[in-house]
Amino acid sequence: MKGKDFLMKYSRIVILVLIMAGVSIASPDFLKPSNLLNVARQSSMLLIMSLGMTCAMLLGRGVDMSIGATLSLTSCVAAGFLRSNDTVGSVLIGIVIALVIGMFIGLINGVLISYLHLPAILVTYGVREIIRSVAFFYMDGDIISGFHKFVMFMGSGFAFGAIPTQIIIALVLTAATAWMLKHTRMGRELYVVGANPSAAKFSGLKAEKSVILGFVLSGALAALAGIVYLGRLGAAEAEIGNQFHFQCVSAVAIGGISFAGGAGSAWGAVIGALILNILINGMNLLNISSYWQGTVNGVIIIVAVLLDYVVRK
Amino acid sequence: MGREVVLRAEKINKSFPGVKVLSDVSFDLEKGEVHILLGENGAGKSTLMKIFSGLYSVDSGNIYVNGEKVTIRNTKDSQNLGISIIYQEFDLVPYLTVAQNIFLGREPLKKNGSIDQAEMRKKSREYLEFLRANVDVDAKIFTLGVAQQQLVEVAKALSQDAKILIMDEPTATLSDSEIERLFETIRRLQQSGVSIIYISHRLQELKQIGTRVTVLRDGMTICTEDIQEISMDELVHRMVGREVSQERVRLENTARKEVALKVSHLNRKNVLKDVSIEVHKGEIVALAGLVGAGRTELVHAVFGIDKIDSGEIEISGKKMEKPTPGKCVKSGLGLLPESRKENGLSLTLPIFQNTSQAAMERITKRGILNLKKERQVAEKYIKQLNIVCTGPELEPLYMSGGNQQKVVIGKWLFTESDVLIFDEPTRGIDVGAREEIYHIIDNLAKEGAAILVISSDLPEVLTISDRIYVMREGRIAGEINYEDASQELIMSYASGGRE
Repeated sequence: MKGKDFLMKYSRIVILVLIMAGVSIASPDFLKPSNLLNVARQSSMLLIMSLGMTCAMLLGRGVDMSIGATLSLTSCVAAGFLRSNDTVGSVLIGIVIALVIGMFIGLINGVLISYLHLPAILVTYGVREIIRSVAFFYMDGDIISGFHKFVMFMGSGFAFGAIPTQIIIALVLTAATAWMLKHTRMGRELYVVGANPSAAKFSGLKAEKSVILGFVLSGALAALAGIVYLGRLGAAEAEIGNQFHFQCVSAVAIGGISFAGGAGSAWGAVIGALILNILINGMNLLNISSYWQGTVNGVIIIVAVLLDYVVRK
Repeated sequence: MGREVVLRAEKINKSFPGVKVLSDVSFDLEKGEVHILLGENGAGKSTLMKIFSGLYSVDSGNIYVNGEKVTIRNTKDSQNLGISIIYQEFDLVPYLTVAQNIFLGREPLKKNGSIDQAEMRKKSREYLEFLRANVDVDAKIFTLGVAQQQLVEVAKALSQDAKILIMDEPTATLSDSEIERLFETIRRLQQSGVSIIYISHRLQELKQIGTRVTVLRDGMTICTEDIQEISMDELVHRMVGREVSQERVRLENTARKEVALKVSHLNRKNVLKDVSIEVHKGEIVALAGLVGAGRTELVHAVFGIDKIDSGEIEISGKKMEKPTPGKCVKSGLGLLPESRKENGLSLTLPIFQNTSQAAMERITKRGILNLKKERQVAEKYIKQLNIVCTGPELEPLYMSGGNQQKVVIGKWLFTESDVLIFDEPTRGIDVGAREEIYHIIDNLAKEGAAILVISSDLPEVLTISDRIYVMREGRIAGEINYEDASQELIMSYASGGRE
């Protein structure tokens, strides 16, 4: 209904604005351009991964716990390839390799979840453990660094003079995901299957195909995040990033992507990622102990899920 | 046999929001008799049984057990009064043993408070021996067949000291030899003074096992008779003998020669047995039968939801190899399922995303949706089908049953399918919307669509069909042209009064 739409869409923007207002009153430093840019930069990688998490969650089968480990593995493998191949062309090949690995991981998740009807949270958790150990084997305790400047440009460079490239990449991917979800048949089927898989089946749709697609997209976006992360750190290591899925769960929950499936949007993920990082940023500015971050994170997840529940009622 | 009444219900009334389910129903059960309770789907049998077992409370009326007025508030009350009910779907825990099930929640305890396993198994064995049931008390329930599970249910009732046993369609899933054994068990129970209320649709077996019969229709007691003194035809007549008040919607039979849907020798283990049907272009065919006759199972098999063991399906002359819903939709077959909310609609997606759902290729070009066209499609059907809503953005979650059903109809109209199957299209829908849906179906046939309508509502079947198939126990029990059709004839095929 109209009222519900309003709540779903705009309540989160209102909350975002309120939080920004609150933080900026408490700490005048918050609204400084350098700080805002910093928040946006910190949000961008979380955002890229959350876009993938959104695609997977729309299906209503549960969260994708494997994306943090997917990011680690893809960035390590890409790093290994880029160490010995140092041209723009090889950087592109490196990106493709990362994407293929990410999508393959998503495919395994998707097949196990759709055809074998296994719960997503456990499948992706199991897959995560496997990917992690593969990454440890691949790196064997090594740290790889020193990449082509194009990789560095993506992760820590600036475009148009002052805007961090990773913010632009994140926004482009958000726009693309939002468009795909709204305007393509493929995206629509994610919603239809997520909202009621049985009705989708009775309409002649292949629910399994959509479930696989959602997790493949999730893996692909995690791989892209892996490349950006490579450029941001300038180094790859097996241990990095493999806890990121927890933050993504928070971001999509805050962003209104329903855990029941079939509702939510890419722009919701943006709001979720921003709220999460602004709160952390505010706490840093106010010198609040970082020990409190977990509490804040936990409370907002529960509040977000509660909001989803109330709206659904 | 004495005339001692063990259970008596007097002028029972029960309503659910909007419907009166029982009005002034009276019923009595004598000691040691098998009292058959007969009636169509929705006649009120289950409601009455649920009142006896404490699941529902009465609005008004009295219940007497052994001459004493009682109030049955919950299942515990009912059990204490010696009433026990065995549902079609057994109430057993699959991974517990026979003995554990028989004493579930009432386990005999030793002095130290632990469960007395030996006592539990010994007692269980006694009950099963009394029933002459060859069942191991230590077997897990899931390893047993249906007939054995039923015996465990009976043993459980005995262990609760049941004097009144209600059996809901006990023979529905049994083979002939198993039925014979069940009847022996029932007779043994009778001799030991247990009284039985026996609900069944299978007319043939009633005279073998019954003492008296009570017929319910539309929530009213029609009669109580000695079973040996009433003919099958008379029973069928009393079950359905309401006045047909509905005017026929289908004024003209527009059936053409071409066969649009042809199903030949379809088999699915334990569900469908050699089913063959045909529906012609422009024809409305009804699929009648009692609940559980296999009608929904048949159309689910045709539509590729359930697998088939053998048989052929042709849509507009094209043979379907391994049908799936996707292939069926592409070949021009649509199914409007019985449960709208579970299978028919995406309740939380807006109307326009529902109406486009089964024919997305019609609004898609190179993978990209034409959202404007999609909205126009929804607006068109909202207007054409008179769907009451605030606009195409409204989610069906907030709509009435009739309007929800129209959204489902809109979705299938947009596919422009040649063959449409409606499974209980008016269930739970108010009279006005019902009438509208009949006219929509009639118009579709006039335009040349082949229509198959599953309906448990006999007046509805007579209102809209050109031809009727009646199913019973997974087979086609009869085929009737509209001109020859009557409620009695359909019901006698459906209940096996006529082969």
